[in-house]
Amino acid sequence: MRDVACVGAGMTIFSRRLKETGKEMCFEAVRMALDEAGLELKDIDTVVCGSAPDAFDGIHMKGENLLDGCGGAKKTYMRVFTGGGTGVLAPIAGWWHVASGVSDVCMVICEEKMSSCFPHPQSAFGHIWDPILERPIQPNLVWIFAMEMNRYMHVHNIKKEDIALVSVKNKGNALDHPSAQLAAKITVDDVLNSEVMAWPVQRLDISPPSDGAAALIFAAGDKVGPITDNPVWVEGVGWCIDSTMWTNRDLYFPQYVAKAAKMAYKMAGIHNPFKEIDVAEPYDPFDYKELHHMEGLLLCKKGEAANLTREGVTQRDGDLPTCPSGGLLGVGNPIAATMGVKAGEIYWQLAGKAGKRQVPDARTGVCQAWGDLMQYGSVMVMRS
Amino acid sequence: MTRVGIVGVGYTDFRSVTPEVSWKEIMYKAASRAYHDAGIDPRRDVDSFITCAEDYWEGFSIFDEFTPDQMGAVLRPMITTCGDGIYGLANAFMQIKTGLMDIVAVEAHSKISDLITYKDVVLFAFDPVYNRPLGGHPYYVAGLEMRKYLGESGTTEEGCAHVVVKNKKNAMRNPLAGHEGDLTVDQVMQSQPMFEPLKKLDIAPLSDGAVVLILASEEKVKELTDTPVWIKGIGWASDTCWLEQREWSRAVYAELASQNAYKMAKIAYPKKEIDFAEVDDKFSYKELQHVEAARLCPPQSAGRLVSEGYFDQNGAFPVNVSGGSLGCGNLIEASGLQRTLEVALQLRGEAGTRQLDCETGLALSWRGVPTASGACIVLGV
Repeated sequence: MRDVACVGAGMTIFSRRLKETGKEMCFEAVRMALDEAGLELKDIDTVVCGSAPDAFDGIHMKGENLLDGCGGAKKTYMRVFTGGGTGVLAPIAGWWHVASGVSDVCMVICEEKMSSCFPHPQSAFGHIWDPILERPIQPNLVWIFAMEMNRYMHVHNIKKEDIALVSVKNKGNALDHPSAQLAAKITVDDVLNSEVMAWPVQRLDISPPSDGAAALIFAAGDKVGPITDNPVWVEGVGWCIDSTMWTNRDLYFPQYVAKAAKMAYKMAGIHNPFKEIDVAEPYDPFDYKELHHMEGLLLCKKGEAANLTREGVTQRDGDLPTCPSGGLLGVGNPIAATMGVKAGEIYWQLAGKAGKRQVPDARTGVCQAWGDLMQYGSVMVMRS
Repeated sequence: MTRVGIVGVGYTDFRSVTPEVSWKEIMYKAASRAYHDAGIDPRRDVDSFITCAEDYWEGFSIFDEFTPDQMGAVLRPMITTCGDGIYGLANAFMQIKTGLMDIVAVEAHSKISDLITYKDVVLFAFDPVYNRPLGGHPYYVAGLEMRKYLGESGTTEEGCAHVVVKNKKNAMRNPLAGHEGDLTVDQVMQSQPMFEPLKKLDIAPLSDGAVVLILASEEKVKELTDTPVWIKGIGWASDTCWLEQREWSRAVYAELASQNAYKMAKIAYPKKEIDFAEVDDKFSYKELQHVEAARLCPPQSAGRLVSEGYFDQNGAFPVNVSGGSLGCGNLIEASGLQRTLEVALQLRGEAGTRQLDCETGLALSWRGVPTASGACIVLGV
């Protein structure tokens, strides 16, 4: 396989952007990524689009609609889709476009526009359930995450106070992110006193719906030279799907993330993730998910992630900085476009371009996304 | 780098309605047949799974959730490609080329009979600001495009009618087909006007069905089969999505996609180096546009050639011997896989009474109204 490096990234502001179309946000992210890499559209030979449910935008074949905003017109263009997992799966697809020898320079764009879904994007999630077994009881996404959070807390005897620390950390980290939607200096008490959504999930445990786009550019090893002196190499990729029947699994541990992580670590030659990974971006749409996913990513033993957080290990100046971007909790959660705070953030950190968010001496990083019905894990390991 | 070949095919038949089975069941049927054909166990041997689907066709918000169990893909790498089946093959091809995967299963299906609002769903693919508010049946775009193509190329409506007659006749010899017929050009010409100049019989009727193909690296291909079918080249491309700005007389996406596939396959003279083709014919004129775009005949000549029998099963260059979408039915995102299946069966010598004498074949897909996106694959033995 060919070596593949990330050579540029772009990311729009994450917020409610009702007046802009998805195409316009894609265009903005593409322009930023091209500018950072010093490239023009003509230098790009393949384009990959990632976007989550069409129901948000209310556009069928959303990938086709977005293609000119993505710079895909008259080009080799396709869309991949694995629910929330798209944010890291789409860059993985960009990797295989280049690693296979099919493409020299591939651009990956992830877009999400949730605000056009009326009255709330949650209504689009009414159609993600099994039509016979689940839809008739009209479940809500927050409910099933509450079940998962409950199960996780119960199995490991984890306190809500410790989970709330994740929200405090990530929203605080987001203060340094120029695209952030919900950056804030908050306390554990703020989280514990916020509105109860579905116990134990409270308002400040959840990331906000958002609109935005992000773009990454991947180039083949032998094409990197003229583009940048500072490439970030894709060293490992992994992805994995679990059964549709989420009711039949023990939700306390994301086995599908562990499988994806093992695949990526094997490829990257990583034997002890906690020691060898300098910076991590686990998917954090809820605060407990960061802990859940740190365990899935094998960055600590099962049930230990909360301890690491309490001890400050996951702070930017800790031994294992986690979500230094501010994550989804602080920067926002435009489903697929969270590529910008996951794969994008790891690229910026390893390239030394993360500005005020910069983690010292970061050489190896891992990012992860999670999606579908609590069943999808996608993992990418990068090195500078 | 390793070559990539097809080692297994599995499929259901293609029918207008299939009320007795769910989409999961047709996926399961096609997948288990493909695994059997390849002589593999998905839970042990298949490294990666790919399905090709769009949420709105399926009636789900995140269809990817519902793909693994019936494919045997639980706790394995699997993705959804929002595209025609040949896009799925492209992803499988690339995954194998990286060396990361040895065996990849690609699935596409249509359970379009479940959809009672087909026209409205297609309309949801139109630009929500400029085009969707115009309403109407979305196929008017195909009518306009056909008018432009006929005008620019000098092709006649009778030429298009010949495509219908040929493909429905070819489908007579395809046991999987659901819309075969022994028609005359006059019958097609006299069928109900729909979106002028499109007539009822120019339009491929919708069908249900599923196809699964198993792709493998060179080493595994040699291990698994004595009748390998190799992927010589693959390409996919899009013209702009704006109806107002795209080229209407030519299928630019098909030109680009086939160019890419020919480049990879090192094909300089497609007409001479390829023996037969399966190209998208969701509308009769599309077949003519597509064979011209893929340089399988000179520009603006396809309408005349089809009338002369050039593209017949026993003609100089057989096109859509399977019956195409006009004969088998429009299988939505599975259309491209159905075409690739036919090419693979022909190259294996398993096409029964449709069998051609061939070594290299091409399949070309189009994603349908209102897209200008398509993919092309060249297979050989």
